[in-house]
Amino acid sequence: MSRLTACFDRLRAENRAAFITFVTASDPDFDTSLEIVAGMPDAGADIIELGMPFTDPSADGPAIDRAAQRALAAGGSMVKTLEIVRRFRAGNDSTPIVLMGYFNPVYAYGIERFCADAANAGADGLIIVDLPPEEDEELRIPANKAGIDVIRLATPTSDDERLPTILSGASGFVYYVAVAGVTGGKSATADDIGAAVERIKSHTDLPVAVGFGIRTPEQAKAVAEVADAAVVGSAIVSLIEGGLDDDNKPGKGMSKDVLAFTRKLADGVRSAKR
Amino acid sequence: MVLNSYRTGPDEKGHFGKFGGRYVSETLMPLVHKVEAAYREAIQDPAYLKELDELNRVYIGRPSPLYFAERLTEELGGAKIYFKREELNHTGAHKINHAIGQVLLAKRMGKTRVIAETGAGQHGVATATVAARFGLKCTVFMGAVDIERQKPNVFRMKLLGAEVKPVTSGSATLKDAMNDALRDWVTNVHDTFYIIGTVAGPHPYPMMVRDFQSIIGRETREQIMAAEGRLPDSLVACVGGGSNAIGLFHPFLDDKEVDMFAVEAAGHGVDTDKHAASIAGGAPGVLHGNRTYLLQNADGQITEAHSISAGLDYPGIGPEHVWLHEQGRVNYVSATDKEALDAFQMCCRTEGIIPALESSHALAHVIRMAPELPREHICVLNMSGRGDKDIFTVAEALGAEI
Repeated sequence: MSRLTACFDRLRAENRAAFITFVTASDPDFDTSLEIVAGMPDAGADIIELGMPFTDPSADGPAIDRAAQRALAAGGSMVKTLEIVRRFRAGNDSTPIVLMGYFNPVYAYGIERFCADAANAGADGLIIVDLPPEEDEELRIPANKAGIDVIRLATPTSDDERLPTILSGASGFVYYVAVAGVTGGKSATADDIGAAVERIKSHTDLPVAVGFGIRTPEQAKAVAEVADAAVVGSAIVSLIEGGLDDDNKPGKGMSKDVLAFTRKLADGVRSAKR
Repeated sequence: MVLNSYRTGPDEKGHFGKFGGRYVSETLMPLVHKVEAAYREAIQDPAYLKELDELNRVYIGRPSPLYFAERLTEELGGAKIYFKREELNHTGAHKINHAIGQVLLAKRMGKTRVIAETGAGQHGVATATVAARFGLKCTVFMGAVDIERQKPNVFRMKLLGAEVKPVTSGSATLKDAMNDALRDWVTNVHDTFYIIGTVAGPHPYPMMVRDFQSIIGRETREQIMAAEGRLPDSLVACVGGGSNAIGLFHPFLDDKEVDMFAVEAAGHGVDTDKHAASIAGGAPGVLHGNRTYLLQNADGQITEAHSISAGLDYPGIGPEHVWLHEQGRVNYVSATDKEALDAFQMCCRTEGIIPALESSHALAHVIRMAPELPREHICVLNMSGRGDKDIFTVAEALGAEI
């Protein structure tokens, strides 16, 4: 059984939603990034999304854009991202890791080689935001063969006509982008999210995770009451940014602060009534 | 393999060979499908075509003349050179051709706001112009570096009622402006139409923009037949994203006797790290909605383009061009900043026409090529834009003070 399936099965038995964190690999540097990622499970993260930095993240808002630029300036690369996964996996064999990013770095790395190396490093899923179902076969088939789920995205613009296209070939879970926009922008209401999750669930048995616009423990709790998982990215990434000096060097205690905030978000998710 | 026709692309999913396609976030996919459906419907609708024809005639001033560049021809002493005078269009460049077509589509789709990215400002001015003409709100994204080097066009856009949003991310040039335009579009998907300024982006944009720009080649065909009684031997156009080049070339693609040259911006030289020649120095990749050739490093990170001409300063090229390159139908060559500057000055002196720095790249290739060709060789150059906007850049490059 894949780590993602095992994770959602376990949480279903516990009757609670998953808490998913997002950080960009190598932000602000390789060592600090690894320290933060390695500390996430103890801080309550059930699944970790690890951003693969790209120069032109056109679906992301300023916080994650700047994180990608910092990571690249600090020597971040596809090889380094997979190295973080490998080192994380050496100390943790259960928390799923989902690599998230844009298609060009994957394509440049070589699709077959990437799928093999990512699986080998211990990655469980892939979210490629600029690779819609119409174009994702060249990655999805080799990824699935390597045991990696390709997570499909549903959005407020995904009507009942569009959803079957999105869900056909989906595995792992479905990521519902709660607002039309970029990461770190507006927030949707819990009612709207609940209705959307219900609609998606009428088309699939896969778990539905919700992200975009979730910044506080309270928001995370509200989402966890209506969805199978809540994703927080920009708020954590902004905290990393806030703990850097003018040269993007982490101040003392920055990782600890980030993990303490992660803990609060996780507590929010765990306090959800279901 | 020799194809029966080079004019049948793209396929129904927007692919030219393996290039093109639709690589955008899921939020945009339904809208991108709707744009395609609306476009296919519009071009079957006589009312839409009639309005487009009428605006082309009385608002843009089409047809643009085909002009025999007599003194340049004499000076070079070889091929007979014609200019297709797109710089005489309303707003001073070919960009208005696709801006009009797209704004009519936006209106037809009930959108109330248009956005655009711009490099040199020509596409931004064209978009601001048509938005004013049709009473739509308009926001133009422009790199902070380009705002600095294209001040006259920035002021023009503001006069036309557009909001010009400076883009400071990345290299603060055209590619970053396109990132921000995509970010705006995905956020305002309900009321906003993205008027893309070149033959790139997700399908149907490369096809749609090409179709609107093909009026250049269709007119050229008629005009050269009237002037010379035969088709030209060669066509030359500059290429950044490639809208003016595809517009001139497309109607001639199946005339195998017509040679075509697309001129990329070589900046300081294609063997340096300061150029914008995606075909000469790029590799296949995916950016801004399509698969094409991109300037990038081994890790798939996009590298910064450089050209003295803001309109060519982009690390990619339209997917149909890449396909035409791989098919060997069009020759992709390049000209450096310096060659473009020399050509700019020669055109001013011999023809009394101040060309855009973009078009000067095409001229630079004509200047290289023409002296070696016989006098009966007919060459048509696409004078895609006028150079008034560039005088500050040129003055600085020449060490002159204005």
